[in-house]
Amino acid sequence: MDSFITPFSTNGFMLQALIAGMLVSIACAIAGTFVILRGLAFIGDALAHGVLPGIALAVLFGFSGIIGAAIGAGFMIGGITLITQRSRLSSDTAIGLLFIGMLSLGVVIVSRSTSFSGDLTRILFGEILGISRSAIWLQLGATIIVAVIAFICARPFLLLSFDPEQAEVAGFSVRLFHNIMLFMIAAVVIVSFQTVGTLLVFGLLIAPAGAGALLARRIGAMMMWAALFGILSMYLGLLTSYHFNLAAGASIILVAVSIFFIIFVIKNLHQRQASNHKDGDHDH
Amino acid sequence: MTINKNAVLLNNLGTGAGGLHIKATHLDIGYKNEAVVGDISFELRQGEAIALIGTNGSGKSTLLKTIVGLLKSISGELSVFGMPPGNNHSRIAYLGQFHNSGFVLPIRAIDLVRMGRYPLHGLLHPMGKKDDEIVKAAMHSMGVEDLANASLRSLSGGQQQRVYLAQALAHKADLLVMDEPTTGLDAGGRELCLNAINDELCRGASVIMATHDIQEEAALCHQVMLLAHKVVGIGAPDKVMTPDALLETFGVVVAGENKLHVLECKHGHDDHERQGLNR
Repeated sequence: MDSFITPFSTNGFMLQALIAGMLVSIACAIAGTFVILRGLAFIGDALAHGVLPGIALAVLFGFSGIIGAAIGAGFMIGGITLITQRSRLSSDTAIGLLFIGMLSLGVVIVSRSTSFSGDLTRILFGEILGISRSAIWLQLGATIIVAVIAFICARPFLLLSFDPEQAEVAGFSVRLFHNIMLFMIAAVVIVSFQTVGTLLVFGLLIAPAGAGALLARRIGAMMMWAALFGILSMYLGLLTSYHFNLAAGASIILVAVSIFFIIFVIKNLHQRQASNHKDGDHDH
Repeated sequence: MTINKNAVLLNNLGTGAGGLHIKATHLDIGYKNEAVVGDISFELRQGEAIALIGTNGSGKSTLLKTIVGLLKSISGELSVFGMPPGNNHSRIAYLGQFHNSGFVLPIRAIDLVRMGRYPLHGLLHPMGKKDDEIVKAAMHSMGVEDLANASLRSLSGGQQQRVYLAQALAHKADLLVMDEPTTGLDAGGRELCLNAINDELCRGASVIMATHDIQEEAALCHQVMLLAHKVVGIGAPDKVMTPDALLETFGVVVAGENKLHVLECKHGHDDHERQGLNR
């Protein structure tokens, strides 16, 4: 029993990591739910990688990584918006190339730094065990803002997920609420990247919410499941990384993705069983 | 629930000219500046229905989208409730062409129907008991009240369309804009749908709908508009749906004197109504 609790009660950095991880999990659960409902997984992924050059600049010139990430996200949202407005046919290709371009640009910028590989590893895979108190306060603030946005915009977000035309006819501007949603996703990415890194933060956004989508019949329930799975992944991921001396960020994401696939398999077996039963009934 | 639609039709005509809901004058519609249909003129009044008839790509959906404000018209005049389109969200229910991509959402059928009440409540105004009753009644009228708590994903295509229709009905709109409302419905569902549209008309709402069905749905309407990238004809069904006009619209003739059959068919198939509901 001790090995489940003492790592967090005796090590300040572990406790801070867990608190930061829980806050980030809640923010990711809310934003990730809408990412999945709206089918924005690809754009979410692009946003997560697009912040890299901004953070790289921050490392190089010594300003806050969060501000760097915000600059990167702003640039990325602008790029995505421009691309989706201009061309409908090949927007996937263009957005994909934009985020790969941003990723390369980020690495190129970091390569000017003297501690190249150390910096790059921290950016890509996070430094959850080195989270500062001020970062935790920022994460708390962001989580509250994301929750408030989701509460106020629940109706247009839901209509938008069902059918954007319905949202527009119902009097909710598709452009406005789509942009609010992008802003919300960007805000979550910006405050979350320190925990698991820009390369893996997408997993935190999608995996718990995806698992929630498999189980829930209501949006609220989906968010609750997502938050629960996110927090569970944080706890188990930190614990395994502590005991077995593994990379923390990647361990967390590995747990989150495993939870998704375990539920996915169980759910499919269950459904197959149910349909077999039904077929059997028909025969009688 | 046997009703005689022709009687309702006469009733509505008998009340004379109600309020003007839609007025289009020399309207050209299309995407960007490429006209799909040109020179459309018509009026739709309170309690009246107009059917848009034509093949796929003939401009039916384009006209409906222009009316609800999703597309800008190219030229000519169009007013909806005396204003340019896109200004009366709380009075217009729009049932777009059915695609089941939205039905993967992890919500219950009743949640989707409740979305029909959103335009009346905006962002945060809470929904009340009255909304619950209207939602329940709308689901009942489409025969899906038993599915209220079922998840959307578990519904069959026909059930999804019924729930979708219930959403449009729950709006209690003054104008219903419907793109092929009976697509994918079985005979029982079609009957319920046509009854529901009739109820909406009797309530004083107006309806404009795209349809392929010249037999039943068009007969429900006071006017029909035949579209084939231009307005082939517009007016009372018996005046407009001549074999020649139908030939021009569809490019094929249906054997026999279709026109008489269209107007004289009556509907009263009680036994059809619950069909397809017993899963």
